[in-house]
Amino acid sequence: MTHVLDPDALPGATPAVHAPLPPYDDVTRSDAAFRAFLHGLPGVDQVGAEARAAQLGTRSIKTTSKAWAIDTAISMVDLTTLEGADTPGKVRSLAAKAKQPDPGDPSCPRVAAVCVYGDLAGVARKALEGTGIHVAAVATAFPSGRASRAVKLADVRDAVENGADEIDMVIDRGAFLRGRYLDVYEEIVAVKEACGDAHLKVILETGELKTLDNVRRASWIAMLAGGDFIKTSTGKVNPAATLPVGLVMLEAVRDFRIATGRQVGFKPAGGIKTTKDAVKHLVMINETAGPDWLDPDWFRFGASSLLNDLLLQRQKLRTGHYSGPDYVTVD
Amino acid sequence: MSVFEYAPAPESRSIVNIAPSYGLFVDGEFVDGTGEPFKTVNPATEEVLTEVSAASEADVDRAVRAARRAFEKTWGPMRPADRGKYLFRIARLLQERAREFAVLESLDNGKPIRESRDVDVPLAAAHFFYHAGWADKLEHAGLGPAPKPLGVAGQVIPWNFPLLMLAWKVAPALATGNTVVLKPAETTPLTALLFAEVCRQADLPAGVVNIVTGAGDTGRAVVEHDDVDKVAFTGSTEVGRSIARAVAGTRKKLTLELGGKAANIVFDDAPIDQAVEGIVQGIFFNQGHVCCAGSRLLVQESVHDEVIASLQRRIGTLRVGDPLDKNTDIGAINSAEQLARIRELSDIGEAEGAQRWQPACALPERGYWFPPTIFTDVSPAHRIARDEVFGPVLSVLTFRTPDEAVAKANNSTYGLSAGIWSEKGSRILKIADQLRAGVVWANTFNKFDPTSPFGGYKQSGYGREGGRHGLAAYLKGADQ
Repeated sequence: MTHVLDPDALPGATPAVHAPLPPYDDVTRSDAAFRAFLHGLPGVDQVGAEARAAQLGTRSIKTTSKAWAIDTAISMVDLTTLEGADTPGKVRSLAAKAKQPDPGDPSCPRVAAVCVYGDLAGVARKALEGTGIHVAAVATAFPSGRASRAVKLADVRDAVENGADEIDMVIDRGAFLRGRYLDVYEEIVAVKEACGDAHLKVILETGELKTLDNVRRASWIAMLAGGDFIKTSTGKVNPAATLPVGLVMLEAVRDFRIATGRQVGFKPAGGIKTTKDAVKHLVMINETAGPDWLDPDWFRFGASSLLNDLLLQRQKLRTGHYSGPDYVTVD
Repeated sequence: MSVFEYAPAPESRSIVNIAPSYGLFVDGEFVDGTGEPFKTVNPATEEVLTEVSAASEADVDRAVRAARRAFEKTWGPMRPADRGKYLFRIARLLQERAREFAVLESLDNGKPIRESRDVDVPLAAAHFFYHAGWADKLEHAGLGPAPKPLGVAGQVIPWNFPLLMLAWKVAPALATGNTVVLKPAETTPLTALLFAEVCRQADLPAGVVNIVTGAGDTGRAVVEHDDVDKVAFTGSTEVGRSIARAVAGTRKKLTLELGGKAANIVFDDAPIDQAVEGIVQGIFFNQGHVCCAGSRLLVQESVHDEVIASLQRRIGTLRVGDPLDKNTDIGAINSAEQLARIRELSDIGEAEGAQRWQPACALPERGYWFPPTIFTDVSPAHRIARDEVFGPVLSVLTFRTPDEAVAKANNSTYGLSAGIWSEKGSRILKIADQLRAGVVWANTFNKFDPTSPFGGYKQSGYGREGGRHGLAAYLKGADQ
């Protein structure tokens, strides 16, 4: 790690907001110190990262492994609807599907959560009462995040009051790209506090951060600030959850646990549409962060159309032939 | 172990028909050799795959005479553009029959199908495509106004990349108008014989390509034959030296691509995760049976522990086993002899005081296997830091400053390749300039391309293969 002389850091100065976990408890003491820390993280060679992600994509997952992977992937889905046109009816229909993804096969696992806008979290909560399926709500002026901090925090509190037990926030990409890393950090800390007991997923919107070096830095900001999950994208910006981005984020959660002992989850969201994509992600987790992350508590897919493809492939494995779109339910 | 076990995903071997016995390929025909036939085995199972004819001196003589006739009557006088057409046709056939070649290569050599499928065969085809393009453009290669072929090329290739080394040798020789007599390695003759079939399929005129199988004696007969104009050899430094002696004082032009002990240098400002990938790719690619393998890791002391911990974790995910399984990363050691040498050098490493580390990994009971291995606390005085192991064994040394890195990297009797890992471009350029190695990779390792010349300094040999430079090795009067 590179450490530069930092004129702003007075001896004995009180640390900013909540200090991160040791050994990083001094890195947020000033803008300069935080910048030096983040820019001292090992760089990412994009060509190499893309080659590694592509290589992991060539793993051949067949028969029993495929069956396990499909069921595991289903149990990791955050079934999502984030449209202006969402209604209580649409959310209830999604909740019904979350409880019973394949009406023809009771052995099919449930999904991990339903993900909606904050105002509909109450509808989802009621529909999912007693199922153990989580209610995730996007907040903090999702998807752009362009609002004052007070508005963002109010958004979070409102979603939690409505019954969300998981909050998906967006980071301030404008502040990040201006190099105001401490602002990004402090906002996540404030949102985490507003979440109370709710789990916090921090969306980096990697499609706007562009470089893999930025993805690594933003991942570290989110983890140091206390995020429970780091998440790639809102699903409203392209590209979203690409494999190289996922690789860098999985390296980040792996390295963070080695350094601090705290495990942070990972959620790719947006653009994962097929079983093949999902299996590639599971392989990547397995061989990058490790099998500890192969659990809905530590890994989620933010997706909507993915679920139906998983169900079709599941039916194919069970029956030996492909069915069609009418054999799975529309959302 | 893991909750996520990968079920076996074997590539089907039914695509390949292996005949019970094979002859030589001389003058466009498959003929029996008069030497003692030998068996070739699948190193992953020790199963005998087939029996192959050995070429005697007389057989080699017939092959060279056939090559001479073809050079004088058909291939030599042919319009260069037409020679190009044959090469394009061979390249396309290699692509069409890629799966067959990949499966056969993995069966005979022991390398994982992922590599034969994604590296060996596509690169072999690429070499033919690339050189096919040169066939009618040689006067524009900057090697003289009207470059002329040498005549008959005698070529001897190793067992580590059987088909790919064949392509490196045959494609440039044919593109420049020469004809060839090629001897594949004794333990891996099968893809060369399948290539002979491709030559027939492409209607390549008889005698342009001749393949003589056999062991050292056959190779010697090829190299020492009076009517051979050019000798090209890839293999061990020891054999290379004896070839140089045999060729000395004759008119024969010679290129040697021999051993290596490449330094892979990781600076503290390296992209660590990608560097770890590159270290793995550098030494464990093809079980480390790679002359340019990054077998000496030079890592800056300040990041040594971090890099080694990452490397060990990564090695723990490598899958060793059935070469035909699509998920296998490390296949079988090519022969019992090579396995014995790897074991011997590893034991010496331990005896000399280096620390051996191997992941927990179950090896198949039959066949020739060696787990991925790293030695730390290696000093430049240790034999595992100097001798070529030619196996999945990495020696880790440290350095403190760039000067020390360069000094240690160059402190080798070899000089085939090297790698530099740093995010700082200016450093990469400066260090690359100071390394005495034929190929220097920056932030990558073991990447090959037909357009890029390949070859060594010092005891790694001389002459270049690939690119414009590689053409010179097969043309009269062209200096490399």
